[in-house]
Order: sequence, then C-alpha cells, then structure tokens
Amino acid sequence: MTTEGLGISILWLFLYGYIIVASIDFGAGFFSYYGRITGKGEIINKVISRYLSPVWEVTNVFLVFFFVGIVGFFPETGYYYGTALLVPASIALVLLTIRGSFYAFSKYGNPNSHLYHFLYAATGVLIPASFSTVLTISEGGFIAVEDGVPRFLAGNLFYSPYSWAVVFLALVSVLFISTSFLTYYANRADDPQAESVLRQWALFNSLPTIFASLLVFMALWKHNPEHFASLMGNSIWFILSFAFFLNALRLLIVKRSYGWMFISVMLQFFTAFWGYGKAHLPYLLYPYVSFHTSVTNPTMAKFLVAAFIGGMVLLIPSLFLLMRLFIFNAKYVKGKLS
Amino acid sequence: MELALQSRILFGLTLGFHIIYATIGVGMPLLLLLAETMGIWKKDYQYRLLAKRLAKGYSITVAVGVVTGTIIGLQLSLLFPGFMRIAGQVISLPLFMETFAFFFEAIFLGIYLYTWSRFKKPLFHLLVLIPVAIGSGLSAFFITTVNAFMNTPQGFTIDNGAITNIEPLKAMFNPATPTKVAHVLTSAYMTTAFVIAAITAWFILRGHRNEYYKKALRLTMAIGLVFAVATAVVGDLSGKFLAAYQPEKLAAAEWHFETKTHADLLVGGTLDRTTNEVNYALKLPNMLSFLATDSFQGKVVGLNDIPKENWPPLIIHYWFDLMVGIGSFMIALSAVFVACRIWKPKLEWNRWLLGLIVLGGPLSMLAIEFGWVFAEVGRQPWILRGYMTVSEAATTEPHVGSMLVLFSVIYALLGILTVFVLVRMARRNPVEPLLDARSEQT
Ligand code: HDD
Ligand code: HEM
Ligand code: HEM
Repeated sequence: MTTEGLGISILWLFLYGYIIVASIDFGAGFFSYYGRITGKGEIINKVISRYLSPVWEVTNVFLVFFFVGIVGFFPETGYYYGTALLVPASIALVLLTIRGSFYAFSKYGNPNSHLYHFLYAATGVLIPASFSTVLTISEGGFIAVEDGVPRFLAGNLFYSPYSWAVVFLALVSVLFISTSFLTYYANRADDPQAESVLRQWALFNSLPTIFASLLVFMALWKHNPEHFASLMGNSIWFILSFAFFLNALRLLIVKRSYGWMFISVMLQFFTAFWGYGKAHLPYLLYPYVSFHTSVTNPTMAKFLVAAFIGGMVLLIPSLFLLMRLFIFNAKYVKGKLS
Repeated sequence: MELALQSRILFGLTLGFHIIYATIGVGMPLLLLLAETMGIWKKDYQYRLLAKRLAKGYSITVAVGVVTGTIIGLQLSLLFPGFMRIAGQVISLPLFMETFAFFFEAIFLGIYLYTWSRFKKPLFHLLVLIPVAIGSGLSAFFITTVNAFMNTPQGFTIDNGAITNIEPLKAMFNPATPTKVAHVLTSAYMTTAFVIAAITAWFILRGHRNEYYKKALRLTMAIGLVFAVATAVVGDLSGKFLAAYQPEKLAAAEWHFETKTHADLLVGGTLDRTTNEVNYALKLPNMLSFLATDSFQGKVVGLNDIPKENWPPLIIHYWFDLMVGIGSFMIALSAVFVACRIWKPKLEWNRWLLGLIVLGGPLSMLAIEFGWVFAEVGRQPWILRGYMTVSEAATTEPHVGSMLVLFSVIYALLGILTVFVLVRMARRNPVEPLLDARSEQT
C-alpha cells in the first residue's frame, strides 16, 4: 500500500471509531433527556450514566485524532477546508463545547438542572447533523475556488436535497447505534425495564437507517454521478452491510445474543463506511484535493506512520484495561461498584 | 480592523483561556500524586480525602480544558490556513503525537476518577495517576515544541517556495525547546500548587481552622516553593536562550536600544517613543548582562542593531516585568510561609500571610498569562521567525470578526460557570463531617 493509502485508511478507521463511540454518546444524551421528560428517567439514566461517565473524554480524543491526523497527513485539506469552513466549523465547535462542558457541569455540579440537561441532549442531535455536512461538502459543489482562495457556498448546501438526506441518515444512524448498544448494556446490567424500553427504540430506528441510506444513494446519483458510479462499483460492501443489518434486526426481534446483535450493527456501519470511503477516493475534496497530490512529504509521512504504530502499542492495552474495568465488568455494569 | 489582526486576537483569546485549564491539567496530576503518596506514607487518610476532593473539582476543569483544546486544534487550521499548509509539513509529528498523549491521559484519568474504591490497596489507585501525569506532561511537551519551532524554526530548507530536506526530529528539538518546555512545566506545577493553596487559605480565613486545611496548605505551599524556584531558574536560562537566538525579543522586553556590555536591567518605567528614552524605571546595574550571558560584563544586542520592521511591540516590557515580579513575589511569600512553619509556628496562621496566599493563586495564573503574551507578542511580526509573517499566514475568510464575538461570549459563559459550579460543589460538600466519620465514603 502507498503511504497515502495507509494514511487515509488509518484516519478513516479512526473516523469510524469516532462515529461509533460518539453515536453512543450523542444518542445516550438524547435518550436520557427524553426519559426525564416522559418520566422514564430513572431506568435509562442509570444505565447511560454508568457507561458514559468514564469514557466521554476518550470519545472526544477520537475526533481530535482524526482532524489532527488529516491535516498532518494531507496538509492541503487543512488549507481548503480551513479557509472555507471558518463559520460552520466554529458553530460546530461551539456545539461541541456546550455539550462537553455542560455534561461535566450537570454531572458533577448540579445533577438536577433541567437546562444543562436539555442543552446536553439538544447538542447531541445538532452535532452529528453539522458534522455530517462536512462529508456532504467533500462531494464538491459547495466550495468554489476563486483566485486560488476557497470560498464556502452556504446557499447551495442549504438548498441541496443531498445534504438533507445525509443529515437525516446521520440522525437515525446515531439513534440506532446508540440504542442497540444500550440495549446490550442494559441486558448485561440485568435491568429488564431499561432493556425493554431501549430495545423498542432500537427496533423503531432500525428500518429508517436503511430507508435513509437509499435516500442518500438517490440524492448522490443526482448530485455527483461520478461518485455514484464508483459506489456502484463497490456495491459488495453495501450488500454486506445490508446482510449485517438483517442479522442485527433478527437478533433484536428474537431478543437473543445482544452482544452479537451490537457487533452486527457495528459491522453494518463499518462495511457501509468503508465502501463509501473507497468510492470517495481519490478525492478528499471533490474536485480540488486528491489524496495523491495533497499527501505530506515522504519523510513526514514515514514519521507519522511510525508514531502511529508506537502510539497503538501504548493505546491498545490501555483501552483494553478501560473496557475491562467499565464495560465488560459485570459488577460495575450492574452498579455494584461505585 | 484588518483580518489578520482579528485572527490574532481570536487565537490569542482561545489560547489565553485554554491555558488556564491546561495549566491545571498539567499540574493537578502531580499534586494528586503527592497528596496520595503522603496519605500512604503517613498513614493519614486526610490526604487521601484531599486528593479525592481535588479530583472532583478537577473533573470540571478537565472538561473545559478538553473542549477549549479541541477548539484550538481546529482553529489553527481555520485562522492560519497558510501556516498549517507550510509548517504542517514539518511539525505535524508533535501535533500527532500529542493526540496519543491525550488518549493515554484521558483513559487513565477516566480510570482514576471512577475507581476510588475498586482496588484493595490505595497504592494501586495511586499508580493509575502516574500515566495521567506522564500523559499530561507529554502533551505539554509536544505542543510546546511546536511553539518553540515557531520561534526558532529549523529542520527544513526552502527552495523556491517549496519545503525540502525535512527532518522532523530536528524541527522538534530546536534551540527553543529545552527552556520552553522546562519553563512551561515548572510554571504549571507551581501555579497549580499556589491556586490550591489560595483556596485552602481562603477556607482557613473563613474560620475552617482544622488540621485538614492546615495539612493541605503546608503541602501545597511547600510544593509551590520548590517549583517557584525552579521556574525562576529556568526563566533565567530562557533569558540566555533569548539573548542567543531571539535577541530582538529580549531587547524589546528590556527597552534595550544600544548594543553594549554591562547592560542594566530596567524594571517598570515609561518610554518616550520619539527619543527612545526610558524614564522612571528602576535600574538594576549589570543585571541584564547577567540575565543574558551569565556574566556582569556580557554584551547584549540592542534594538538599534535590528531592522525596525522586525521590532516586536515594545509594550512587552510590562508583560515581562509583571511575570518576573509575580515570580519573585511568590518565591518570597512561600519561603516566608515555610520559614514560619519551621521557626515560628504561630505566625504560620497569621491573617495577613493567609490573605497574601489567597492573592497568590490568581497572581500565579496571571503570571502564566503575562508570560505567554510576552512570548507570543514578542515573536511579532513573525509566525515562523524569519520565514513567514502572521499576515501571510492568516485566513482571508471575511467573517473572523463575528466568530470573535461568538467565542468571546462562549468563553465568558464557560469561565463564569466553571467558577459557579466549583463554588457550589465546595459549599454543598463541606469537609468537616467527613473528618470525624473516619470513613472513606464521600
Ligand atoms: C507562573 C508563571 C511564570 C513565572 C513566575 C515566570 N514565568 Fe517566565 N514564562 C512563563 C511563566 C512564568 C510562561 C507562561 O510559561 C512562558 C510563556 C512562554 C514560555 O515558554 O513560558 C514564559 C516565558 C518566559 C520567557 C520567554 C521565553 C521565550 O519566549 O522563549 C522568559 C525569558 C522568561 N519567561 C523568563 C522568566 C524569568 C526570568 C522569571 C523569573 C522569576 C520568570 N520567567 C517567571
Ligand atoms: C497556551 C498558552 C498560549 C497563549 C496564552 C498564547 C497566546 C497568544 C497570543 C496572545 C497571541 C497573539 C499574539 C499577537 O498577535 O500579537 C498568539 C498567537 C499565536 N500563537 Fe500562541 N499562545 C500560547 C501557546 C501557543 C502554542 C503552544 C502555539 C503552538 C502551536 C501557539 C501558536 C500561536 C499562533 C500560530 C499564533 C498566531 C500568530 C501570531 O499572532 O503570532 N501558541 N498566542
Ligand atoms: C503550552 C500550552 C498548552 C498546554 C500546556 C496544553 C495542555 C493541555 C492539556 C493538559 C489538555 C487536556 C485537558 C486537561 O487535562 O485539562 C489539553 C487539551 C487540549 N489541548 Fe492543550 N495545551 C496547550 C496549548 C494547546 C495548543 C496550542 C493546542 C493546539 C495546537 C492545544 C490542543 C489541545 C487539544 C486538541 C485538547 C483536547 C484534547 C482532548 O480531547 O483530550 N493545546 N491541553
């Protein structure tokens, strides 16, 4: 594999990792608020808070890793997106800031504040919506280059059906990923009430993910036929994704093997995401930035890959420890350890 | 206002806000480590209680540190896209490694905060702090090497606008790195200790005169003294570094115009901008030569030998003086406190002394701010000294001004809420009931 291929694969994997862990986080915030206003707070909140408390900072680092990495491996992307997206990125940052800090404020400072909780939940919906538009923008048509200076065409984005289809897909995916994980977690925690509520939600969000994906395909066909054709060339990934989806749905319906159910959901998104990413190449920003031409110098690329390997040697055992202590520890999950 | 200036203000604002939380983020793990160690060593659970209570507040500041840090990471590309396009080729290595340090820190911090009663021996819980301290120290190290690189860039050559011959390690370990990293670390440890000492002294002044607070104050003041002295020693080395590699910054900081030997150090004063004459300043004879060269006769380059368009803004003189002034004051204050503890135990709890200690916390944090503003404004007009100016690097997107307003509001809100939430936490969980219970439950 070329260095740029290796670089983009690493980054894509981390983005995928972020999407999974962040979806759990975003969706969980949403449901904990929903539970509060519908009076089902007790059940759901307990499950959610046990999972979320120790890991939210780690979730954020996945995101930081992705954008620091992409600017590192492909400095041109920083230039184009950076110049064009000052305003939308700043707004996304503000949302992220509100979410992260208000989580801490409400959790440690004032556990009963309605306002903090509301902000925390609302941003959990808005952030995925705003992040997903970056993928939309990468399809081209929303950034124009005048005299070598990139400009963002906000109007085009707002009136584009494709962009709204992606937002819709992002939202239902977040809700599906998080409810399927939390169903599994509630089951491990021996909390049948929470489990049944969460399972219903998971079922409720399952078919819309497929429906939204089809919508995105259709909108992309109109928006960027070239990319659409390339997606069709990679259709094996999407077929696999659908198969994993069916398996997850089956397990949800028969209420069995929630662990495998969640793994299927992860694979459903992994295959779809990988297929989408493969089809997206060579462009990081259509048609201005291609990953072949924007890659950093070979010396730096080598150092970055080496740093990545070193980092992984350190991280994998640590992450493993974290998971053993908080996710795969039956006593902790059941709330028997403070 | 021109765009580049707006970008500078916004970036400076973000960093100035982040550094408050980052300083605590770097300093607190060490403080917790020392408090828990004392607890185990002296078999005194009150120290563990101290660590536990500090850790609760710490989880709030960490959250704000993480979100503001995330903002910086993106703003670097948003506000200075030209800089990242070029410099990114040389310095993405430390930035990338920094995220691994964050990862490492975040994982073990999560473990630390949620495992107070998980391990049978307190020692294991203490051990979890070591990776946290290493992780935050490493992230400070990596990011500071980037800043050092901006001051003394090396490890690449420029051929017709293209960057070649890149040596990432040489870029990271540039001449500014040793003093900068050491100064940032020692000042963070010092400041965190004094901030906690200030809060403790405040409680004592409000009538909470029990052993718990006294132990906390003694511990933090002692740590503060050690690192305040270390900060001053490294600060002195930083002066020598500047004299050798960035003479214009040192000269501007000292309003030193004529290159000469036996140069005097000027404290305060006013500058007549037409004649470049300094009035009302306190003169410390030959001290500038000493700061710059380690010898009272050393020769110090003056501003007149530097092209005028490369002069940094001369106002940095005041920022430098304020930083050094606060540093000296804190050394004196903590030395007096420690001396009282040894020779005049009664004076230790003197109201005036405690009052000054309360003041010392915010002052130390201000010294960090002054120091950075001095270092960063003193680099002007360069973003990459000798290669690229700030205006060449800044964004051309016209909406920086409104983003400046947006972020100012957010930071004001976050700052106020942090204080509000921390004060409320302290009020609602007084320590006294826990002291008698002799239990580990809080
Ligand atoms: C508690 C904070 C604090 C205190 C008491 C001091 N400093 Fe400092 N100083 C910093 C916090 C700081 C800083 C915020 O950490 C800076 C900004 C950039 C850097 O590397 O460190 C800094 C920068 C800085 C620089 C510029 C380095 C550069 O631009 O490369 C010099 C020459 C000094 N300091 C010298 C001193 C001296 C002689 C002190 C004597 C007491 C002193 N500092 C106390
Ligand atoms: C956290 C402590 C820091 C503070 C308080 C701080 C403060 C500032 C301030 C006040 C400015 C504006 C200076 C001016 O325009 O006159 C500035 C500029 C800047 N700083 Fe820092 N800085 C800090 C650390 C860093 C670090 C570690 C980096 C390296 C990545 C960095 C990179 C920059 C850049 C790129 C600019 C814009 C260009 C410029 O104005 O020179 N800063 N900073
Ligand atoms: C010398 C100045 C700086 C120091 C000492 C410092 C240190 C830290 C620390 C310790 C944290 C973790 C939060 C906490 O534990 O409180 C943090 C967060 C962060 N900092 Fe800074 N920082 C500095 C300047 C910068 C600069 C200039 C950048 C960007 C180039 C930056 C980027 C970040 C990011 C992205 C995070 C969030 C990481 C996460 O999600 O965990 N920092 N910083």
